[in-house]
Amino acid sequence: MKINDVILKTVTRIVVFIILTFGVELFLSGHNNPGGGFIGGLVLSSAFVLLYLVNDIETVRKGIPFDFKKIAAIGVFLAVGSGVGSVLFGENFLTQAFGHFDLPIFGVTELSTVVLFEAGVALTVVGVVVTIILTISEDV
Amino acid sequence: MMNNIIVMPMIIPLMTGIILIFLRTRVNSQRILSILSSIATIAVSLVILNRIQHEGILRLDFGGWLPPYGILFVADSFSMLLVVTTSIVTGILLIYAFSSIGKQHENMFFYPFIFFLVAGVNGSFLTGDLFNMFVCFEVMLLSSYVLITMGGRRIQLVESIKYVTINVLSSWFFLIGIAYLYGTVGTLNMAHLSVRVAEVGQGPLLTVISLMFLIVFSLKAGLLLYFWLPGSYSAPPTVVAALFGALLTKVGIYAMFRIFTLIFYHETAITHTAIGIMAILTMIGGSIGALAYNDIRKIVSYNVVIAVGFILAGLAMSSEVAFQGAIYYLIHDMIVKALLFLIAGTMIYLTGKAKIEEMSGLIRNYPMLGWLFFITMLSLTGIPPLSGFISKVFLGQGAIETGSYLLLAVAFMSGIFVLYSLLRIFLNCFWGETIISEDDDVPLKKGMLVPCVLLAIMTVAIGIGVEGLVPYVSDAARTLMNPDIYIEAVLQGNR
Repeated sequence: MKINDVILKTVTRIVVFIILTFGVELFLSGHNNPGGGFIGGLVLSSAFVLLYLVNDIETVRKGIPFDFKKIAAIGVFLAVGSGVGSVLFGENFLTQAFGHFDLPIFGVTELSTVVLFEAGVALTVVGVVVTIILTISEDV
Repeated sequence: MMNNIIVMPMIIPLMTGIILIFLRTRVNSQRILSILSSIATIAVSLVILNRIQHEGILRLDFGGWLPPYGILFVADSFSMLLVVTTSIVTGILLIYAFSSIGKQHENMFFYPFIFFLVAGVNGSFLTGDLFNMFVCFEVMLLSSYVLITMGGRRIQLVESIKYVTINVLSSWFFLIGIAYLYGTVGTLNMAHLSVRVAEVGQGPLLTVISLMFLIVFSLKAGLLLYFWLPGSYSAPPTVVAALFGALLTKVGIYAMFRIFTLIFYHETAITHTAIGIMAILTMIGGSIGALAYNDIRKIVSYNVVIAVGFILAGLAMSSEVAFQGAIYYLIHDMIVKALLFLIAGTMIYLTGKAKIEEMSGLIRNYPMLGWLFFITMLSLTGIPPLSGFISKVFLGQGAIETGSYLLLAVAFMSGIFVLYSLLRIFLNCFWGETIISEDDDVPLKKGMLVPCVLLAIMTVAIGIGVEGLVPYVSDAARTLMNPDIYIEAVLQGNR
């Protein structure tokens, strides 16, 4: 049986981008405001889950040919690695640093290593959530 | 003060586990990296243990946030002795895994999860923050959930449901206990908790909270609440069972020692008496279980239960000598229980049977294995040149000093039951007419024998060279007995 899901598919095409943008926004705003890697990652992965729901798994896999288990591993590596990085500089484990840089377009911008840690968290969340959803769906 | 080295026993296994995920299909690289990483962890742990003897307790404030505000790792002799033993036992068990676990497991992230488990175990030993301990417990438990179900045999799934349910429940209690404690005294740093609890006095409310922690750790350690343990520990493959038997209950025991010597040591009449009664019941129940079953795996699992009761009898006595005995026994038990599980698993692998009455005369086919089992048996019973002896001496001395004669009697009686339960295996399985004809003689792989021999050498070495351990263990017991040493090292007067 084929379900007529034209509306869902059309809406998804636009909504996915809104969700992804919102996820990135949450991720970035987490630096000084509510938000951060964890919920940013959750929102990002909800976009992926929506894609999987609307299209079938094979189609999405063609478009996003990543192994999400490895994405989770890369995420943990980044998060732990940013902690170990401070050890290499002779600081306490997990010490974060930041500084102000004069970038071409952005002007004077604050860059900090905590973003790397948060990016790791976000990737881990995306990887784990999508892996869980895919694993459940494969069983049925 | 730069002490980044003390986070290494957790970070090395964690990083190794992550890297191994990317090497999923390359089994040989996985094995080489696993062994190298284990050696590195052992080396680093030994360095830290020796540094503590010169410089006192080490601590590392994550991100430079000073206690009690930040999360920190604290390495004292007690925790580092356990970290060292964990690292060595895991390294040896990995060698056994190479020849026994099979391609299917190795391709399904078996090694990464072993390392995540070890990272969780070492993290739990090292952390100085109660919530961080909860997190490390979860890292350890999540990995153990994966390891117990991996392979997906029916018995594993049945047992894992029990195992996961009971652990999720106890983790939930743990979390609630932490919330109560934070709500009452407003801190989670263990040294700071100790100070605050001492300041306000351990009233009824705090004692009830401490009993909540007692229940949580009893579930994890298998103190009285061990009903889930024998089933869960006999379901997974040999290596995993050995890893669980050697490490997992010990983490619960460690946590109990920490909490009840550092934080809740004021109302010993309630808490420590409860621990003593539970220890006695655990030893009695474990002994009954060890004698009641004919399945080798069950007998071996019930031996874990008896050991838990024995070690926590030391905590119940709560004297420096008794602590020394308990610490010796912890170290000894991690090594010998791993050995016992390996031998039991190897016997099942060789004969394809698990009931003791179905095996016979194994010593004719596999003399080495038979004698290794004999050594294990003597060591667990506490026969002098082996590692079990010294701990029984100290524990006995501690019991007499504190007048805990009932604990003493039950603890030493349990030793006889351990001996009897293992003698039953020895007499039934190793002696008598051989059942294996020369044709279907399954060859005993070298990769299975070598780890057993290494562990047996360790139990002999600890027994004979116990002099070398004395400074570390007495320092550990002294720190447990005098919480101020720990508090001073962590807070350094800034209370």
